Amino acid sequence: MTVEFRKDLFADERDDDLVEVGKPTRRQDILGHVTGRSPFYDDHLFEGLLHMRCVRSPHHHARIRSIDTSRAERMPGVVRVLTGADVPNNLNTLLGLMDFGRDDEPLLSTRKVAYRGEPVAAVIADSEARANDAVAEVRVNWEELPCVFDVEEALAPGAPVVNDTYPNNSFDYHDTYDHQKLRFGDVESALASADRVIEGCYEMSPIEQAPLETNGAIAAPETNGRFVCYTSTQALFFSLATASKLLDLPSNRLHFVGGTVGGGFGGKVDSIVEPMALLGCMLTGRPVRFAWDRAEEMQVGAPRGAERWYLTDGVMNDGRIVARRFTGYFDAGAYTRLSSYAIIKATGHLPGPYTIPNVSSDILCVFTNRTPATAMRGFGITGVDFAIESHMDVVAHEIGMDPVELRILNAYRDGDMKPHRRIAKNCALIECAQVAAQKAGWPIGDAFGAMASTRDGGGERAAIPPTVTDRDGRIGERRAGRTGRGERRTIAPTPGQDTAATGTPARSGSAANYAHPAAAPAWQPGTVPQPPRTEQPPPRTEGPPHAPRAPAPARYSRFATNAGLRRR
Amino acid sequence: MAQKPLQFRLNGAEKAVFVEDGANLLDVLRRSVGDLTAKRGCAQGGCGACTVLIDGVPGLSCLTLAETVEGRSVATAGGLPGDGSHPLQEAFMAHFAAQCGFCTPGMLMAATALLESTPHPDRDQVVHALSGNICRCTGYEPIIAAVLEVAGEGGGGRS
Amino acid sequence: MTIHRGRGFASINYPIGMNLGGDPSQALVHSSPDGKFAIALSSIDLGQGMKSVTRQIAAETLGVPVEDVYVDTADSDTGPHCMGSFASRGTHRVGNAVIVAAKEARAIMLEAAAEELEVNADDLETDGRGNIHLRGAPDRSITTGDACQAAQFRHGKTVAGRGIFLIPLSEVEPETGEMTPVSCYAHAALVADVMVDDETGEVTVEQVNSAYEVGRAINPRLVEQQLVGGAWMGLSHALYETTEPRYPDRSHGPVDFSQYTMPGPGDIARHDIAILERPAPDGPFGGKGPGEMCANPIMPAIANAVFNAVGVRVTALPITPEKVLRGLKANGGARPGPRR
Repeated sequence: MTVEFRKDLFADERDDDLVEVGKPTRRQDILGHVTGRSPFYDDHLFEGLLHMRCVRSPHHHARIRSIDTSRAERMPGVVRVLTGADVPNNLNTLLGLMDFGRDDEPLLSTRKVAYRGEPVAAVIADSEARANDAVAEVRVNWEELPCVFDVEEALAPGAPVVNDTYPNNSFDYHDTYDHQKLRFGDVESALASADRVIEGCYEMSPIEQAPLETNGAIAAPETNGRFVCYTSTQALFFSLATASKLLDLPSNRLHFVGGTVGGGFGGKVDSIVEPMALLGCMLTGRPVRFAWDRAEEMQVGAPRGAERWYLTDGVMNDGRIVARRFTGYFDAGAYTRLSSYAIIKATGHLPGPYTIPNVSSDILCVFTNRTPATAMRGFGITGVDFAIESHMDVVAHEIGMDPVELRILNAYRDGDMKPHRRIAKNCALIECAQVAAQKAGWPIGDAFGAMASTRDGGGERAAIPPTVTDRDGRIGERRAGRTGRGERRTIAPTPGQDTAATGTPARSGSAANYAHPAAAPAWQPGTVPQPPRTEQPPPRTEGPPHAPRAPAPARYSRFATNAGLRRR
Repeated sequence: MAQKPLQFRLNGAEKAVFVEDGANLLDVLRRSVGDLTAKRGCAQGGCGACTVLIDGVPGLSCLTLAETVEGRSVATAGGLPGDGSHPLQEAFMAHFAAQCGFCTPGMLMAATALLESTPHPDRDQVVHALSGNICRCTGYEPIIAAVLEVAGEGGGGRS
Repeated sequence: MTIHRGRGFASINYPIGMNLGGDPSQALVHSSPDGKFAIALSSIDLGQGMKSVTRQIAAETLGVPVEDVYVDTADSDTGPHCMGSFASRGTHRVGNAVIVAAKEARAIMLEAAAEELEVNADDLETDGRGNIHLRGAPDRSITTGDACQAAQFRHGKTVAGRGIFLIPLSEVEPETGEMTPVSCYAHAALVADVMVDDETGEVTVEQVNSAYEVGRAINPRLVEQQLVGGAWMGLSHALYETTEPRYPDRSHGPVDFSQYTMPGPGDIARHDIAILERPAPDGPFGGKGPGEMCANPIMPAIANAVFNAVGVRVTALPITPEKVLRGLKANGGARPGPRR
């Protein structure tokens, strides 16, 4: 294995004369790691510690007729058995903290379960073994329900309803559509006039994050009616605020300690173990540990969800990609967790690092009876990158072009307009492709070796084309079997025209909501030349103001303003 | 559940504790003795994070009945120098051979056992010795490099 | 039985930080009486090196040696709010918050030094080794420790700072998807060399050559850790991992590390890496975040290499021997592509 730094590239944009930054300083935590002293959540000892284990559904989809905990309660060492009735506020969605989506998931389910492993009760005992023994004695009377494991089948009329909060088996975007749209240019016309139209479908299986330390938390009483929670969370305040809501407890009665975590990779943001351990602690008055075992981590803990992507490219014989259309399905499993957000992220990422003048995508967040999905390394991007980069290889093969040269030819460059309508800056795809090819001894033509991200972008490539929009895929249409094409409109690229032409309301406070990283602190003054600000929105005029919506109740901590990421 | 007395040496010190029937060594080390350096990654014998040395032989403490170490010697990462001065610790630090650090104590124990029995292992021997220890962060390369460096310098026995 | 060799390429970019912004992080910095600094965060170090990256950023900004700085993560009573460690946001968001906090503390330290040296604070600079001196006159100097002590015991000033970094939340247009997703992107390109056994369907990755653009390698060894470990994980996703190996049959799911397989220390590919740095205009010292993007390019690169080797296009990850064999059967055998 070798590592080289190509300091020759972009040298004029960088000042390498720094003291600590850029040095291979040893990790602050490394001595703790090599002595075994780094304090993970489970490395805190408590007198009289109790252990919690969950009663989980053996079925993928079932109604709960009744739960009988009486035998379990009489088992040796059992201190308490919990059900959903013990959870003060037993419905939540993770992104509720950002006003995004509706509460759709109980902490302990009471009415029905929608995935195998869904928890319906929890046993607290003086040892894990005794808790496990008692879990086996909880009697649940199930009524099995039909289930669905495929995103497209779940959207068909008559498919079982997985998640009662979203009866169409898909997340609602903007209170209007069953998907998030991306529309840039006129994809249909461009496909019709392209030399070649190349289609593909790509899929990714669910993947387990598999951190070596499983999810877990220990909650213990503190003074002043407070509770301390040692946790493996990847997001301390996310977990704290989620626990505060589920337990109906002011946030300042919770003291969360973490920060030293045995791997996460996205699998430790769902904030389930923390409220469970805290609830056990509140109800028993004793320290309670709730740690997933490896089997739970692998089969109950949320994986990266399955994805399915359909791609259609319009390609010219010289290798220019002139149109690209995506239809994407994220399999959220039974509950939303973070999948709805990943779709917005994927939408902003398309069509990958290439400048394509006509791009459209429809991406759906679909509920099925699979394990709920959540974040994982590359969340929202990894699956579609697999699709895009596999498809680029297909395109290269079909038109008989070198795969590296095809990428460099179509690569985005400084000044190009992206389909989400912001100018690209700070690009480096071409250089990466050139260097990787060079390292591998993969020959590319001189013309491609001479191209650069900093040259020949912008100009015509900075234009927002006239764009065809539609109102297809409104909430509920697909499930009702109405999937026909609706009316198309073309919106001119001039500022402000889009809202007027489509007759849809303008965004609330549009310009003010764009990210101007003006608040960005400057690095050491004068050390780095300041390129122009990235991601500048094109100039535009304001449309009519959007009617203000009623703010969500401010009872629990939230991380967003009312103008925020709301139900889209 | 019945409690049994258990005596063993842990990193050279005598330990006497009461343990429940059927208790595994990992739980006894962590909860009864208070040595938290052996980590519980799976409790199935699949990850190696709980690797300890029992009379010098690497073993999975999660699969070891605690009563079987009666009168024997157990070594954990807790017995390594607290200042990180053991050659393997030095090499792990220098090679950036840990990220989250959860597998590190088990890796160090597996490597210690290898270098005790084979002071100058080649790469294949190092790979073989570490193949029961899962690391999800590093891709193994820096861990292998760290062990090989110590192997090249005369093994872990401070020769 | 024949072993076929193939070569595949992929290139990607990756958005840094939570999409649409709206994900602030905060930092608090304060000095002990003798000029040792503590950084309080509620951010999480789950192996990626949060403590170490922010420590170096703080030391650079304060102008003190890195040994004089320790980072504390994460206690909700003492560490100010952070959205969390995900979305490749740690270096970018938390790093920027630390810079803001450290600058405020540095300014107070320099004011105290200026008063002690009877000069203007604007004319002072730090040498990064624990000294503050008059620009152009290194002998007019005071240690950072003495300056902090003077601030606290003579001038009654806290050498402390608070920082927050926020990219305001962007809206998303329902009809067109217009939005401001993020402020910067990392980049990568990768060539995978594979061997495919046409009898067993097994794919072995022999060699990986890659180029990753990370903005600024705040710590080159930490970046290397991410790139090497991330490529390993991506290789594992490409060839091994699934929680539903018999999907759509869900009756079986792996529950341990003997069923949920990953490449072990004997299965790793040689990986030669080039690191490029094009500083992000709003990154801390230009830094982006390599932690997620490093796992992505190898998956399609391996799929493309398998196609190049035997002409089988596996479109669903993971690329199991079964899928390769089915493809070979459907094609009537291996159809090697052009050697590259």
